Amino acid sequence: MSTFILTESKLEPAKAAYDFTLPAGDGWMHEIKRGQTFRIVDLDGNQAVDTLFYNAHEMSDRYSAQDTIREQGSIYLTAGTRLISSEGNVLATLVADTCGRHDTLGGACAAESNQVRYALDKRWMHSCRDTFMLAITRWGRGVTKCDITHNINFFMNVPVTAEGRLSFADGVSAGGSYVELRAEMDLICLISNCPQLNNPCNAYNPTPVRLLIWD
Amino acid sequence: MTTEKILFEESLPGGGLWSWRIPRHTTLRLTDLEGGANVGLMAYNTDQPLDRLNLPDTLKAQHTAMLKRGNVLMSDMGHALFSITADPCGWHDPLGGHGNAALVRKKYGGATYQEKRNDWFRNAHDNFLIELGKHGLGKRDLVANVNFFSRLDVDAEGKMKFHTGNSKAGDFVDLRAEMNVLAVLNTCQHPLDPNPKYAPKPVKLTLRQTPPPGADDFCRNFRGENQRSFILTERLFLGA
Repeated sequence: MSTFILTESKLEPAKAAYDFTLPAGDGWMHEIKRGQTFRIVDLDGNQAVDTLFYNAHEMSDRYSAQDTIREQGSIYLTAGTRLISSEGNVLATLVADTCGRHDTLGGACAAESNQVRYALDKRWMHSCRDTFMLAITRWGRGVTKCDITHNINFFMNVPVTAEGRLSFADGVSAGGSYVELRAEMDLICLISNCPQLNNPCNAYNPTPVRLLIWD
Repeated sequence: MTTEKILFEESLPGGGLWSWRIPRHTTLRLTDLEGGANVGLMAYNTDQPLDRLNLPDTLKAQHTAMLKRGNVLMSDMGHALFSITADPCGWHDPLGGHGNAALVRKKYGGATYQEKRNDWFRNAHDNFLIELGKHGLGKRDLVANVNFFSRLDVDAEGKMKFHTGNSKAGDFVDLRAEMNVLAVLNTCQHPLDPNPKYAPKPVKLTLRQTPPPGADDFCRNFRGENQRSFILTERLFLGA
């Protein structure tokens, strides 16, 4: 039986330096300075927030899902998890988590993987990778598709069984759940607020999330 | 295998590194010569390397957190790179990633080339970068890698444990290229291998000509997702 340990934060939204609500299907690319605290709130519950982090001064030093889960010895992310980069650096630490479990195995949905997973004629449907592509194109600064790597899915539940099966299970995130990270270096964060309608990762109902930053 | 032409064969010592552009419908066999080998592998569409191995897409499409015969290594563009067409080992790890110089130093201590010549301690991260660089790729092109011949067990809490003895001497895995595939690999130890000694194991690499997958191919029909991935891959070669 798995256990979820919930960790709350004392930070007050009214005192945040930045407060933005990101609709489902939209992207967000933003700097977070070292020492700042970043919170993502799953306003309505069971949303999937596809998230990548980069060293703001060296984009090739970026979030690595495999390094992160291996260094902590567990496939799930929760309070205490240190997000490890491809160069072995600590990007951020999860300091609060009222959901209790986040996925980093499932990756982002894409138009092309939707064709594989569901049907060849699903290519037109909106997807996280398309959101990422538009966000990085607007951001510019030499960021390209090769910088879109294996992301975190905050609030998503992707259990692995002893037999090595992987499934997209029903959500575990109640409305108002949040996860909070402390930036351990100057970061760039890239988010797609997942628009997927083909599986229960959003409970078939993509909803907005609130993004807060405290100095 | 006897009826299929062997194109070439090479042996790779433990800690070794290799890359090759594998032609479509040839099959790369990795053979674990002594048991307990680990082959870390990344893969790219040779003709368009932005089209590259994506393990999250591979795993979620096939509802698995391990790889075995029937599974297809998929790209982030929905294409089939390699099919696992033969696999007496039966479990390959897509979770553990690879170690770097700091990990090797911490686990095994240092052994520089200056001191040890070619018995120095190599690490998978640097080996990947060396081989990627030969094809004009670099740090930004690193992807999550497969670890052939290794196994991690995951418990209900999500904790990962290295499964010792997963691969025996003589075990092999056949990877049939479904497009022209740039394969980048190395034989460093799995980063969670509990062996306190630096003792990476050798493998044999065999490339042979194999028939294209027919309509009744096992990997093509392993799942509906694989069928659709094959269709998208075959479209790349239409009208040429």
